[in-house]
This record gives sequence, C-alpha cells and structure tokens, in this order.
Amino acid sequence: MTSGQPKSEKIRCDACPVLCYIAEGRTGACDRYANDGGMLVRVDPLTIVERNESRQGRVVPFLDAGREWDGDLVASEESFVTAIGAGTTYPDYKPAPFIVSREIDNVDFVTVVTEGIFSYCGVKVKVDTDRHLGPERNLVRRDGEPVGHVTTGEYGSQMLSIGGVNHLTGGSKKEGRLTCQTLLELCNCEAVELSIDEGSSVTVEAGKPPVVNGVKEERMRVGCGSATIGMFARQWHGLVDEVVVVDDHITGVVSEHQAGKVLGWPDTGIKIKGRKSTPGRYFQVAEPGSGWGGTNISDPLSILKDFDKAKAKPGLSILMVSTTGDQFAYFVLDDALIPIEKDLPERLNASVQRISENCEPAMCSVLFMAGAGGSLRAGVTENPVKLTRSVKDILTYISCGGAPVYVWPGGGITIMVDVTRMPEKSFGYVPTPAIVAPIEFTMRFKDYEALGGFVDHVLPIRDVVSANEKRQVRQQLDNPWPTAKTNFNWKNRGGSS
Amino acid sequence: MTEASVRLLPDGKRLHLQHGPIDLIIAAAGNCNEVNKAYRRAWHRFQTVLPELVEELDVLRSPAGENKVVPEGTVARNMYREVNKFSRNCFVTPMAAVAGAVADEILHFLLEGRTLRKAYVNNGGDLALWLSPGVKFRGGLVSVPEDFVLNGTFEITHASGIRGIATSGWRGRSHSLGIADSVTVLAANAARADVAATLIANSVDLPGHGKVIRAPAQTLDPDSDLGERLVTTMVQPLSDTDADAALARGAAKAKHLYSQNLIIAVVLRLQDQVRFVGDFGAGGNRIDHSPLDQTNGDVSSCLRASLP
Repeated sequence: MTSGQPKSEKIRCDACPVLCYIAEGRTGACDRYANDGGMLVRVDPLTIVERNESRQGRVVPFLDAGREWDGDLVASEESFVTAIGAGTTYPDYKPAPFIVSREIDNVDFVTVVTEGIFSYCGVKVKVDTDRHLGPERNLVRRDGEPVGHVTTGEYGSQMLSIGGVNHLTGGSKKEGRLTCQTLLELCNCEAVELSIDEGSSVTVEAGKPPVVNGVKEERMRVGCGSATIGMFARQWHGLVDEVVVVDDHITGVVSEHQAGKVLGWPDTGIKIKGRKSTPGRYFQVAEPGSGWGGTNISDPLSILKDFDKAKAKPGLSILMVSTTGDQFAYFVLDDALIPIEKDLPERLNASVQRISENCEPAMCSVLFMAGAGGSLRAGVTENPVKLTRSVKDILTYISCGGAPVYVWPGGGITIMVDVTRMPEKSFGYVPTPAIVAPIEFTMRFKDYEALGGFVDHVLPIRDVVSANEKRQVRQQLDNPWPTAKTNFNWKNRGGSS
Repeated sequence: MTEASVRLLPDGKRLHLQHGPIDLIIAAAGNCNEVNKAYRRAWHRFQTVLPELVEELDVLRSPAGENKVVPEGTVARNMYREVNKFSRNCFVTPMAAVAGAVADEILHFLLEGRTLRKAYVNNGGDLALWLSPGVKFRGGLVSVPEDFVLNGTFEITHASGIRGIATSGWRGRSHSLGIADSVTVLAANAARADVAATLIANSVDLPGHGKVIRAPAQTLDPDSDLGERLVTTMVQPLSDTDADAALARGAAKAKHLYSQNLIIAVVLRLQDQVRFVGDFGAGGNRIDHSPLDQTNGDVSSCLRASLP
C-alpha cells in the first residue's frame, strides 16, 4: 500500500480494488488516500463516521504495520484518540462520536472525543513588531471585508483580535465567509495577508515572522530605547561618555536618563531633536521607517542638535545604537564640538553584541479562543452543567487535538489553545459559517458516571480504532499527556485513585 | 488491499459498510429480529459490489449512448439503464449513477423477504429509501447546523413514489461541470436521482464567466470519466443577477426532466439563492421553503434523514 514512486508523479493506490491513479496533491476516489509529494498517505479516516462535506481533508502519515513512530496518539498502550476527524453529532444531543475508555495506572479513563462547531470563536494574534500596524480599535480586513480589529498593544508586540461571532454571523454573508476562511487558515498555520485601516498590511502565519508592508521582521527589539538604557547603563558606565539608543517609540539618552542619574553619570551637553517625554526619553525623533530603531533615518547624527557649548567638551565619546543592535556608530567630538565618526572601540563591542543577543526572533502567535459551554456539552452528558463544573473542579481535562488548553475562569467553558501545538490541519469549517475544532474531555470513569455521562456508549480504545484505521501523528513533546495525573485535582475533590 | 468492512455505528442502531470509496450508512426500522436479518443480508451483498463494478469500469466510464456493450453486473446494468434515460443531447457516463445505484442495490437486498417499517441506505449523501404504506420519511433542511434549527423540512410519503434522494454540486466529492453549490433531486430511485442531480448541477452554469475557475478533470483525477472537460474548482462571489441567470439555466433543465417524468422534485442552490422545481405538496410531499432564502448553507451537508 505504500509507494516509493518518484515525486510529483501520479501514483497508483492499491488500497482497494478501484486502483486509482492519484495526481500530486489530490485524493483518490475514496477521499481516504492521497498523493502527498509522491507518497501515498492516509487522509483523516475518522471523518467517515459523520461525513461533513465541507471539511477539508487532513493528511497524516500512512503507516504500514510494524513501522515505528515517535509518540503516537492512537493505537498503542499509551494511546489517546484525538477529536480530529472524529466528526460531530448534529445536533449535539446524541452522544459524541467517540467515548473512549482505557485503563492507565489502574485508573479507568474516559475520553469524550468530538469535533465542536464553534460560532463563538476567534483568534488572538500576537505580532512581534514595533512597526505601526494601525491605530488600536481600527478594523482588520481581509480582501476588503472586516474580519477583526487591532486590540491593546503589548510589550514589543502588536495584538490583533480576529473573528468572533459578530464578524462570523453578525455582518454580511461575505464578511462571514471571509472571516471563517481567515480563521481557518490562521488556525491551520497558513499565511494570511491582512490590512489594517489607516495602517499597514501584515502577513501573519503562526510560528513564523510577520511580514509588515512586504518587509519580513527578523527580530524583536530588546526593549524600547529607554528600556535599553535601563538594561545596559551599568555596562556602559565608565567606558563611554554618552550613549543614545535610537528608537522610533522612545529614544533614550543615558546621561539624562534616570538609569544614568543613579550611577552619577555627568551631563554631556547633548541635545536631541524630537519631543522630550521625561528626562532622557524622547518621542518622535524622526518618522517611522525601516532605518535605525524603526525610524526612517540612516544617519544617526540627523537626530542630534548642536551640543551645548557650555557643557560639552572636545574629546567627548558618544555611542549611538539601535534597539536591536543592528545599527551602531561611535563618535568623538572635535575641537569645534562636531561629532567625528571613529571605529567602535573594542571595549564597547560586547555591549552592542549583547543588545543583539537579547533580541528574540520576531514571531506571530495565534491562539484559538472558543466557547465550548453550549450544546456541545450535550454530546458528553445528559446534564450539561455538570460537565462545566467538572472542568472547573479540574476533574475533567480538556485538550484540543491533544494540545493543552487554557480554560478561562468564570462561567462557561471558554478555552484558548496555541494552534502550533495541535497536529497539522486540525481545523475545519462548516458553511454556516463556523469553525470546526477538535476537543477532547478526559476524566476518570467514575467522574464520567457522576456527571451523567453516556456510560453505555463507552467503547474500549481498541474498538474505536480498528487495526486498519489507525492513524498516527507525532505527539509534541512539550504537550502534557492528557491522562497525566498532574492534570487533575483528584485528591481534594474526587477522592483517591 | 483492504477488504470490505462492517460495523455498527456507536448509536448501536445504524450499520456502516465501507469498501474503498464506498461508505454506506444504513438504517432500518422494524422488529429487531427483522432488522438484524436485513443488515446481515445487506452486508452479504455489499462485499462483492466494489469488485464487480471495478471489473466493468471501462464500460462504465464511456459516454452513454456511444457504448453498445451492456454491462453484466446488476449494479452496473442499473447504472447503464438509468443513464440511458438521460443521455439524449448531453454527455453523461454511467458513472454519474454509481453512488445511487449502489444504494438502490443494497436497499433491494436489505428489503428482500423482510418485514420492515422503513429503511434507507445513505451512500455519501445519495440515499435510497423505502417506506411501508402510511409511513412517512422526514428530512430536514438546516441552515445553522450547530443550532439544528430546521429551516425547511420535507416529508416523503409512501404514496409520493420517491425512493431516491441525491445531491450534486461543485463543492461535493465528484467533479461538476457547473457551478451550483448543490442540487438535490427527489426521484423514483437513487440511481436516477443521482444522474439527474449531476446533469442539473452541470446546467447551473455561467460559461466563460471570469468569477468561475475551472480545470481539466484529468489534471485533478487522472481516471476521471470526464477526461479533458473543464470542471469547476472555484466560484468567487457572484452578483445576484449572475447567480440568478445561472440558476435559471439549471431550473430549465430541471423542468425539462420533470416534464419527462424522470424526476419528482428538485432544490437548486447557488450562493444565497434557492429555487424549487417539481412536486411540492403533491402526493403528500411538503417542503416549507421560505426560510431557506436566508440561508447560505450547503444542503447536502445539512440534509439529514431521520428514523424514529
């Protein structure tokens, strides 16, 4: 059933008597086997139970018997059935597609596996960049349609809130469709180009650097110019007479800055263009751009005014550096108090490099956020509120495609999950429009009984995944195992085990 | 090579038969013993269906009307016969009937010698159904699946003569020459509904329109019976006027087939628009369709059959 034929060629699938020829990137007649770069791969076998036509196929490596794999989710002693491809029960009053039991460490575990249909869902996107993406509260658009907005910026990052029920179903149909498409692509770790009213265009892809107005962001700044002064003033003290950290947001000047003052740093007579905020901190020293520290300048001296003749002295040394350490220059004042560029002295090399070393790679992170407190619960129990309480009491552990989730405090079951920790292509959609996401509820058998679960529908794990339907994806090593004891709070509430 | 497989779905009531590209969800209502026997017989017949079809694939992939070789297998022969009813002045191969014909065949074996109240065989959305006199089959049309609000419902009675329901559209599993999101046909058997849905969906079209993206079928599926014909791969949002014009073509085809007594009723959908052709209300069929105008869901994904 496997095939080792050359790449980008049609391959012959011999999984069944039809013997399809399958073109590169396509599936066979069954939609179960696909040609992925010349390899025959198994596609989403569990969707067959409740086929949702609009769902995209998901590719997982096809394995023949006996092949080894790293940490699978299915079909081993320590197996866990994810909800990806489980299908959903419409409406949710029927038991969820798979209620799986297994015994681990003498504890009977039940995992209720379903794919939730989420209209109340969206993503929070953190874009590591100091570039101006757009004013807070402005609309984020996809192909002209509003799909979200700019929300409160965080340190070194701009934040976008995308999706949500108002864009999905509260606006025009086109708005809903594009919002759904945007969420689906972001959640499946695909690149999406967004534009922001009165701002920039930004290409966002989970786990990848952002691209702002066509320019790829390589590194986050170590901090704003003022913070950089704060972090490094001590390391510069005694090595140089003045340091200016050039930053579009706040340019810092060590001799005037509080961090310099506490070290007893003497005045230098330096004068900076721009608007002074507090001592040693200057706004708007230049226009935003792709030059030094997110400004539009290439010559750092262009932000300096003439030195104060009463305070400055010939021979005064000045280090100018950007917030990423990418740009730096060293000057010494001549007899006319004009800064003359010199090579950076050896003694300052380390501090400039340290700025650079302390910059983290710029990334986009995408957190899927959704409410699972609605009718989805009815697939788990006849008494939905008991599931909510069980989650709050930490007797039920929620995962999405095996990945850990953050459960918001307060009412309902509102979750957030990092999409990069989930298996590839975990998300689908229905044309409602709404997002289909896997969600698993794991608990002890007796806790499942206690919350009014569909105990009669519990199947041993081996029966759920029959030998010819097993599929494996690599477990991400930093994801906790869903049945780990540390995920639960049995001692305090649920008795011993 | 995988063999055919059988299992009961987790609800303990429905049977799931699978072999290669065929997935059947089967439900029968009646005395437990009778249902059991019916399921066993359906499974027995199912095991050779795919190999039989594969034997005659060449004939089944040739255009109807051109090929005078009559296939031998019972399913293949039904495909051939049903397609020939439609083949005048249009391109169609017996493969257009394959899903429906398999459903019909299995339903036939399931029912033979049994006393049941009703039964259906759902082959990936194409459905063969049977009702005993006086029994109704209820289907729902849903626009917001997670709310499960029935925006439209239809009731099929024994007297209506409807024994097959099939849906076709460019978004579905099979390639379409047209741009309909879905065309759902009710007919006297599933094979016939299947062919009619395919042809009507092909007719919902805007030839040469810039918003419609197409590709030769063979580039997508090397084995396609559609060969070099252009099939729809994407339909960008259309103006209401354009969508209306495309639906009008499909509706004309549907009316033509209806006038030849080949089909009983049709629901056509394209983007936000819906059209109905045929017997609604006659023979006890009833479709409450007004709320559907506000939906943009895909009928095939929302069409559910229910048994009490």
